[in-house]
Amino acid sequence: MDWQAIWVSARLAGLTTLILLPLAVPIAAWLALSRRRIAVVVEAVIALPLVLPPTVLGFYVLTALGTASPFGRWWQQTTGATLAFTFTGLLVASVLSSLPFAVQPLVAAFAGLDRRLLEASAVLGRTRAGTLLRVALPLSKAGLATAAVLTFAHTVGEFGVVLMVGGNIPGATRTVSITIYDSVQAFDYATAARTSAAMLGFALLVLTTLYSLRRARGTRWPRP
Amino acid sequence: MAATLTARIRRHVCDLHLSLDTSLAPVTVLFGPSGAGKTTLLRCLAGLDRPEPGSHIQFGDQLWDAARVYLPTRRRRIGYLFQDHALFPHLSVAGNVGYGLHHLPRRQRPARIRQALAAADAAHLHDRPTRGLSGGEAQRVALARALAPQPQLLLLDEPLSALDTPTRTRLRGDLRRLLLAAGIPTVVVTHDRTEALTLGDHIAVVIDGRLHQHGPVEEVFNRPASAAVAAVVGIDTILTGHVTGHHDDLTHIDVAGHTLHATPHRELNRGDRTLVCIRGDDIALELSDPTRPASPRNRLAAVVTAVHPDGPVLRVTLDAGITLTAYVTRPTGEHLDLRPGRQITAAIKATAVHLIDHPANEG
Repeated sequence: MDWQAIWVSARLAGLTTLILLPLAVPIAAWLALSRRRIAVVVEAVIALPLVLPPTVLGFYVLTALGTASPFGRWWQQTTGATLAFTFTGLLVASVLSSLPFAVQPLVAAFAGLDRRLLEASAVLGRTRAGTLLRVALPLSKAGLATAAVLTFAHTVGEFGVVLMVGGNIPGATRTVSITIYDSVQAFDYATAARTSAAMLGFALLVLTTLYSLRRARGTRWPRP
Repeated sequence: MAATLTARIRRHVCDLHLSLDTSLAPVTVLFGPSGAGKTTLLRCLAGLDRPEPGSHIQFGDQLWDAARVYLPTRRRRIGYLFQDHALFPHLSVAGNVGYGLHHLPRRQRPARIRQALAAADAAHLHDRPTRGLSGGEAQRVALARALAPQPQLLLLDEPLSALDTPTRTRLRGDLRRLLLAAGIPTVVVTHDRTEALTLGDHIAVVIDGRLHQHGPVEEVFNRPASAAVAAVVGIDTILTGHVTGHHDDLTHIDVAGHTLHATPHRELNRGDRTLVCIRGDDIALELSDPTRPASPRNRLAAVVTAVHPDGPVLRVTLDAGITLTAYVTRPTGEHLDLRPGRQITAAIKATAVHLIDHPANEG
């Protein structure tokens, strides 16, 4: 197995999760608790990566990161480096494509909060931000865990966006999912099989953990 | 703290004008049937709901809500007691009570938490988790949490309705005492008559989104200003009659062929239609004995038509040519052998017969 690729994948997934969660919490709070109708539109935009082919998202991100776009030019002028086909560029794309996986569980958790608790917090003199930190988040631990696990796992499993934006640079942008593609292209089916099996095991482990978290306090049929 | 709360609140079907001089009445009860708009009023006072244009809320010299003004809930310095307590489940009792104390220096908070818990008779709950508190305990903790930041106004939404009956009865008297001791102007919303009587100094009767009567509790309960208020505050017998005259310092009313005597209502003229309101507690039942002196001026021969247990008392429906509802204690009921068909005499003091102008187009 390609340990270098595993390290890239792990680093990418870990950083994506770290960046995305603090970003997703206020977005999700706004989506779940705002009275504004525009929230529906924003929610739809955020969910786009779920339905768009990864190549489409990858194409747009690549275009946006390239030096032909204002953002790409600005980045090059301020940092002196380009974003396309770099780990940083890949991270940006990854954050965007995993956004719904972080936001949606949090929206569900926040929407399920008892409104009176938020009101009680306001009456006791707290701001919305204070209420979010002190009441909404502590009562949404399951949602937060789901968001983190899904984001991490989805980033590890991402292929299309990574290939489009990152290219395939060993040690920088070649992730585990891409090594499988490479192995198959090189007719190295044994390696592809080993890596695939490892990925399958990882995915299964992650999902089992996730669902056991959720199942802990669910509704059951009454005993017969 | 003597501030005046004035509010005009319009929202959906509600259009309420309210003016409370909190120095006159520490505890004001907003009383009315469910769905009358009491909670809406309370939530608008708290800033949890926004009233519609044309509304206005002012507390002392602070403008809370007006055309272009909205003071956020967190700046109104109010204590709000939610119907179901709304304690934070992830915090301990002390954590809940200390939640609103972020403006205090950290080292002063523990003392304030203990002080607030003590003020709510809940000092012993300090270290308990919120989970596992009984309804009455949760209520006290919620009160302590509301009192801890020393609010300038306390709003209580059906404070006892989430409790079981014995706890409610026990807490009712306590709550009044705790509120008076706290010395914070308080507005209580309730649809429970006993709660209103026990807790309030002043009562504001809200029906169908309108304020119908506002004044000292006794006054409102004993002299309801309209038939709607009378029905809501629970006068148990409301009859229609007309005034036949004023004699012997009493007003005589004819009700379905029977003459009732009431304390003088000089504003009523002979022939005026009037509502006669008699509270169930004010009708005394006695064994029929025509030789007794007629001290209560109203003595009616009646037949018991129904007897219903109602908590510790019996609600007795009587047919005396007019239908009366009386409340008697169980021992009295046994002594009089009350059962349908029983012949009995209903005695009503003239002072207990309350007359209300009969509005032509109401009810």
